[in-house]
Amino acid sequence: MSTTTQPAAMRSPFARFGWALADSWAIALRDLHHWVLQPGTVFLGWLFPVMIVLMFGGLFGGAISVPGGGGYFEFLMPGMFATAMLFGLETTMLAVTTDAAKGVTDRFRSLPINSAAVVLGRCIADMLNSVVGLTILVVAGLLLGWRWRGGLIEALAAIGLLLLLRFALLWIGIFCGMIAKRPESVAAVQILVWPVSFLSNVFVDPTTMPGWLGALAQWNPLSATAAAARQLFGNPGWGGEGWIGQHAPLMAIVWPALLVVIFLPLSVRAFRTLAR
Amino acid sequence: MKATEFAIVAQGVRKHYARGTADAGLNGFDLEVRSGSVCGLLGPNGAGKTTAIRILSTLLALDAGQAHVAGYDVATQGRRVRERIGLVGQYAAVDEILTGRQNLVLFGRLHHLAAASARKRADELLERFALNEAGRRPVSTYSGGMRRRLDLAATLIVPPAVLFVDEPTTGLDPAARQEVWSALRELVGAGTTVLLTTQYLEEADQLADHIAMLKAGRVIAEGTPDALKAAMGGNWLDIVLSNRTDAETTKGIAARVASGELHIDNSAHRVSVPVAAHTSALIEVASALHEAGIAPVDITLRRPTLDEVFLHLTADSPTPAEVFV
Ligand SMILES: Nc1ncnc2c1ncn2[C@@H]1O[C@H](COP(=O)(O)OP(=O)(O)OP(=O)(O)O)[C@@H](O)[C@H]1O
Ligand SMILES: [Mg+2]
Repeated sequence: MSTTTQPAAMRSPFARFGWALADSWAIALRDLHHWVLQPGTVFLGWLFPVMIVLMFGGLFGGAISVPGGGGYFEFLMPGMFATAMLFGLETTMLAVTTDAAKGVTDRFRSLPINSAAVVLGRCIADMLNSVVGLTILVVAGLLLGWRWRGGLIEALAAIGLLLLLRFALLWIGIFCGMIAKRPESVAAVQILVWPVSFLSNVFVDPTTMPGWLGALAQWNPLSATAAAARQLFGNPGWGGEGWIGQHAPLMAIVWPALLVVIFLPLSVRAFRTLAR
Repeated sequence: MKATEFAIVAQGVRKHYARGTADAGLNGFDLEVRSGSVCGLLGPNGAGKTTAIRILSTLLALDAGQAHVAGYDVATQGRRVRERIGLVGQYAAVDEILTGRQNLVLFGRLHHLAAASARKRADELLERFALNEAGRRPVSTYSGGMRRRLDLAATLIVPPAVLFVDEPTTGLDPAARQEVWSALRELVGAGTTVLLTTQYLEEADQLADHIAMLKAGRVIAEGTPDALKAAMGGNWLDIVLSNRTDAETTKGIAARVASGELHIDNSAHRVSVPVAAHTSALIEVASALHEAGIAPVDITLRRPTLDEVFLHLTADSPTPAEVFV
């Protein structure tokens, strides 16, 4: 057939890199088509954090007094932004296991494309999904009275830290999705997400928890990002105790970096062991 | 190994699954498939058919031995192999949420066709596989046969030099099976080398020039369909009687034309006899039964089942019989 292009192996490294990006985008585009064809699923994913905000705002809004005045939403929203990033873990894992179970991953692997493109495509699609979800949650927060008090640069830095957390969690999702044999295993992660978000400073002050639980909550990566986002948005928080509480922005970079360093190689290895 | 007489060559390939039983996987798998021919890999569940296909299509690494596809080593030149192959897995591997057309365009883009040519190629293939109307619907609404055809179409976006097809028609109804067969035949006409696996002798017979029988990860018999069938005692003649009293006489008559051991099924009043000379055996048995005053309920000439072939190949000698014709 005349449309066949030159075999990829003969191209220059630059051209190959270009094709790897184009392939990643083609694979990511598949997810955007999914959004259009099954809008219900993706909208529910985006609206779920909004629901949680309304629920917790309604339940605890009156009961919890936030230091430095301000409403509960002022305190809750940055934490909920971080939690929404955590919920993204399920999206990633579900997509990865479904593709593996349906044989779509194998089909991609049988094509003459760089195998990194398969993973990178997942990355791009899920980051886009989270950007949209985060935007919706920000708008919902603004409607409920949440405001950022700092400058625009700080606000953008906070968004950056939130997406960094999402990026780190992506690799946990890909890794768990690879080692889970069936899409049903995602249910386990769906359950585990809850204790992780409750054992943090997202909803309540960790210093009000029993000693060791409080420490765990303070060291939770989610708490670091939530606290850093509060600082950067200029929203009230509990300042936190000890070193960890004082260095939230630093930890909001260190934690995700650490997760990437651990789970990116693990994901790559899991992808390679598909061939064993 | 360039300018290849053989599109697929496997020599002593071994694959052991860490979590499998001792004889799972491949145990010294040898195969040669001539360029432009169709080879049927025939074997029961667990024989290692999928393992062989996954190794040859570079999805799975082999433990020992060597395999070349289109002249390239599957272990060290995977990328070059992947540029020349198409793989249709045992289960349709298409995106269920996307429409048929979107699937084809996606795979076209991944074969580095320009957007416009990917769309054009998708439409051509939908037309060719009689999917043009279904092309705009999500794949989740397709029947099994339609999915299989889409799966095949996705593999042909850029026609591969070597095509691997794992159990193309398992679970399909007869009409869908015919559709897939004719699609495969068309391909073969285009000069593609095809390695297809199947559990049905009938299917291998319909499509393949050459059959390799796989058992416990090894090829135990090989040859053209006719040669293999002849070596296995050709077809079977089934004689169904109305009662048991005629059985002894019938056995005596059947033994005269038998090319192997008779099988007697007492409860069904059936005498099965392997025959080499098909039609003459049928005539001889029918007239002898008539002369003996026996009126059978049914006499049929049929292909041996895979079970019978395997029994035949493994029963004759203490070590598995190897037939290479
Ligand atoms: N990932 C695996 N881990 C352990 N054992 C495996 C694995 N994959 C296959 N096996 C075993 O290896 C043997 C050969 O499997 P294979 O899938 O190649 O058979 P097959 O001929 O394709 O069978 P079927 O007709 O059922 O598709 C079987 O006994 C199977 O249980
Ligand atoms: Mg199989």
